[in-house]
Amino acid sequence: MMNKYVYLAIMIVTIGLIRVLPVTLIRKQIKNKFIKSFLYYVPYVTLAVMTFPAIVEATSSPIAGAVSLVCGIVAAWFGLGLFPVSVICCAVVFILEFFV
Amino acid sequence: MNKKQAFLNGLRDGLPIGTGYFAVSFSLGIIAKKVGLTPIEGFLTSVFARASAGEYAGYSMILAHATLVETILVCIITNARYMLMTTALSQRFSDSTPLFHRIFVAFQATDEIFGATIARPGSIIPQYTYGLTAVAAPMWGLGTALGIIAGGVMPARAVSALSVALYGMFIAIIVPPSKHDRTVFLSVAAGFLLSYLLSDISPLTIPFISDLSAGTKTIILTMVISSAAAIIHPVPDNEQKTDTSSGAAEA
Repeated sequence: MMNKYVYLAIMIVTIGLIRVLPVTLIRKQIKNKFIKSFLYYVPYVTLAVMTFPAIVEATSSPIAGAVSLVCGIVAAWFGLGLFPVSVICCAVVFILEFFV
Repeated sequence: MNKKQAFLNGLRDGLPIGTGYFAVSFSLGIIAKKVGLTPIEGFLTSVFARASAGEYAGYSMILAHATLVETILVCIITNARYMLMTTALSQRFSDSTPLFHRIFVAFQATDEIFGATIARPGSIIPQYTYGLTAVAAPMWGLGTALGIIAGGVMPARAVSALSVALYGMFIAIIVPPSKHDRTVFLSVAAGFLLSYLLSDISPLTIPFISDLSAGTKTIILTMVISSAAAIIHPVPDNEQKTDTSSGAAEA
C-alpha cells in the first residue's frame, strides 16, 4: 500500500487547486450551457451517491441507518439546516440502537 | 469599511460556522482514525483541506487502497462545486484586488465560508473572509483531532451514532434543492437507486461494474447522471448569475 502521506498531500493539493484555478484562469462566466448545467448537478448527485447505501452500512444496525436517513430527509425537507439535521440523524441512530 | 473592521466581523461570523463544523469534523475524525492518522496529522489535514465530502472521500480512497489517479479524480468530483463557487467569487472582486488576495480568498472557500462571503453586498473584502477562516478552520481541525482521540475510547454505540453526522450534513445539502428543482430531485433519486444497485449489498450482480472500487463507481455514476440531467434539463442562464452592479460604491 502506498504511503498515507502521499494520499493526504495529493488530496490537499487537488482540493486547493480546484478552489484556486477558477479565479486565476476563468476571468469571465462560463458560457457553455452543457458544462454549466453539468457542474450545477454534480455536487448533488455525488453526495447522493455517497450517502446511500453507505449510511446503512456505517451503523451497527442497518435498520437504524435506514431510519436515520429517512428522518434526515424529512427534517431537511422541512427546512432544518446542516447542523440540526446532522444531530437528528445521530440521535435517531443512538436511540434506535438501544432496541434493535 | 476598513480592513481591520472587516476582519473582526469575519471573526464574529466565523464562530457559528465553526460550531456547526464541530460535530461533522468529529465524525470525520472517526474515519481519519481508521486510516491511521494521529490527532496532529488529522488536525493539519483538516485545516489545510477544509472539505467535508472531499476529506471523507479522500480517506475512503485510502481505506479502499485506491490508486492515486482514482484518488485525484474522486477529489475533483467531490469538490467540483468549489469550482462553481470560486467562479462566482471571481466575479465579485473589485478590479484593484491583487491576484494573491483573489487566490487566498478562493483557497478558503467552503460551502459556509463561500456563503457568508458572497452574501455580503458589494465587492469582496478579502480580510472578512480571512476572519471567517481564522476562527472556523481551527475548529474544523480540532473537531477532527478530537474524533481521532475520542473515537477510540467512546462506546461503540456512540461511535455508530456519530458516524452518520456526515451523512446528515450531505442530506441537508441535497434535500432543499431537490424540493425546489424537479431535475435535482430525480437526479438525487437516481443516485440513491443506482448506487444501491451497484453496491455490495445489491440484490443484483452486474458484470464488471459491481467489481469496481467504491470511488470509481462514484465517479461513473456522477458523470452519467449529471450528464443526463444536463442534457434533459439544461440550467437556465439566470440561475447562477451573481450581482456585480453594487460593487463600485464600496470599492
